[in-house]
Amino acid sequence: MKVDASNPLWRFRGITSTAMLFFAYLYLPIVILIALSFNENRLATIWTGFTTDWYVVALSNDDMLRAAQNSLVVAVSATVIATIAATLAAMGMSRGRFRGETGVSAMLALPLLVPEVVTAIATLLFFVAIGIKLGLVTIIIAHTVFCIPFAYLPIRARLEGMDPSLTEAANDLYANEWKAFRRVTLPLLWPGILSGAMLSFIISLDDFVISYFVGGAGATTLPIYIFGMIRIGITPEVNAISAMMLLVSIIFVSVSFLIDRIRY
Amino acid sequence: MSEVVISAQSVSKTFGAGADKVTALDDVSVDIFQNEFFTMLGPSGCGKTTLLRLIGGFEQASAGQILLEGQALNDLPPFKRPINTVFQSYALFPHLTVRQNITFGLEMKSISRSDANARADEMLELVQLAQYGDRSPSQLSGGQQQRIALARALAPAPKVLLLDEPLSALDLKLRKEMQIELKRLQTETGITFVFVTHDQEEALAMSDRIAVMQSGKILQVGAPREIYEQPTHRFVADFIGDSNFLRGDLVDGPHGGHAISFGEGQVINLAQDVKSDKLKDVNVSIRPERLSITDAQTAKSNQLTGTVTFVTYFGTDTTYRVDLDGQGPVTVRMQNGDGANAQFGKGDRVGVVMPPEAIRVLVD
Repeated sequence: MKVDASNPLWRFRGITSTAMLFFAYLYLPIVILIALSFNENRLATIWTGFTTDWYVVALSNDDMLRAAQNSLVVAVSATVIATIAATLAAMGMSRGRFRGETGVSAMLALPLLVPEVVTAIATLLFFVAIGIKLGLVTIIIAHTVFCIPFAYLPIRARLEGMDPSLTEAANDLYANEWKAFRRVTLPLLWPGILSGAMLSFIISLDDFVISYFVGGAGATTLPIYIFGMIRIGITPEVNAISAMMLLVSIIFVSVSFLIDRIRY
Repeated sequence: MSEVVISAQSVSKTFGAGADKVTALDDVSVDIFQNEFFTMLGPSGCGKTTLLRLIGGFEQASAGQILLEGQALNDLPPFKRPINTVFQSYALFPHLTVRQNITFGLEMKSISRSDANARADEMLELVQLAQYGDRSPSQLSGGQQQRIALARALAPAPKVLLLDEPLSALDLKLRKEMQIELKRLQTETGITFVFVTHDQEEALAMSDRIAVMQSGKILQVGAPREIYEQPTHRFVADFIGDSNFLRGDLVDGPHGGHAISFGEGQVINLAQDVKSDKLKDVNVSIRPERLSITDAQTAKSNQLTGTVTFVTYFGTDTTYRVDLDGQGPVTVRMQNGDGANAQFGKGDRVGVVMPPEAIRVLVD
């Protein structure tokens, strides 16, 4: 890549070392976490030799697998529901101006800004008040809510960039509303929907606070399980599980990013 | 006369409500005939695109109705009308190939794949892009996309083709080419074209008939020559080409018919059969190229006198600005011949000759 000499950043002599320090601060803990997942020693912090045994241990830990399965069920359900809702919302919002549109727009994105603890407590109290039994279902409901804005934003951005006469052209060429949606709108919206869904999936998979509050006893998701493990004592098994979660996250975020770049 | 294909009957369209209410179309009636190149011409906001969208079914009329071959279209959605549209932005489907774009409408009409493909080839041939079927629309130039949009809209053989300012995004040279191309396609396919534009030159060059629109109303409908030479409204005379406007009183002509008096005995006979209730202070238009200048001393009928205030030489012709006595300035455009035309200069007293058939009394 070409270096832009006119960038005022280069006037600051310590820029390279500062930048390196910053990135070290950001990523070194993660690098160490991954490195120690290959540590032979039971104590995660003392290096004695290389092994992949902890991954084997982790993957044969039934409790961990159950938690992972719970997380997967929650993430998939919340993602599917949130993405469908977000797609419908985005389609509706793009159909034309209406009274209170700005307000509705803002409220759609608001869950991104509300402190998670507040949402968690409010949701818990709400569930208790209406008498729903806490468990995976309540986690799915709560996750769906905060996944909607994450799914909504990329879909809306896609729609915004779409020529409204494309739908009209489809109608003009004898496609009824449903066919126009299926043959023109949906294929063009697809990258946005997929990108939004992947983001939702990661956000849900990763969530601790809300799951912890509204999950109740039987419904342990992966982050809650890891938290529980740490309280007993950190073994490289925790590192191995974390490293695997990180891998999944990176894959999903990268794919989401690449999909969102698709342009016709 | 050929058959009426589209008939708009007292169509009105308003947008919004209350204080924000905008009348886009105000009681418009017009008939469009089979196999005709019909143009709706007017400035932006005159309602021409709204009328087009009503015919296409993208908007619903607030009052009145539109008939297609005698059948009311009122509630039919666009996908049930045998009418296709070329959109201003072309609106080619970016995720489909050129061929898939063209077969889209055929497929929706449940035409078999092989027939649809054959038709697509035929259409590509028609718009002279036979080699481009497997390309993506984004790989084509603006002019080529325009042709594909035409091919796509013509493929299902609609009864009427609507064109919403399709040439406005093209550069001048390409636009001229496409004007000829459009006219050729219309003649070859025999499909009725309804074309919307704000470009008067485009309208004159291509149309069989033109409807000139202003503020939601159709002011005049007629062949290009009729619109240019016999404008009925001041707006029409002004919007299409250049015009001089004078004011005078209608009086009885010496040989029957009407004459127009510009005061102080300056009376000019009219060829036009004027049907106007208004006699005093009527608007009159005359094209600059229909006026000519002579020496003021030469006595001649149909002539006003004035003083030359400005002369501009354009090569093929010369434009004179003449301040008419008691009337104000007019522009006279005279062709430069072999020098036989007398040359006039600033300050010269001249006579401005007005041929009776070139004078038009306007409604407003």
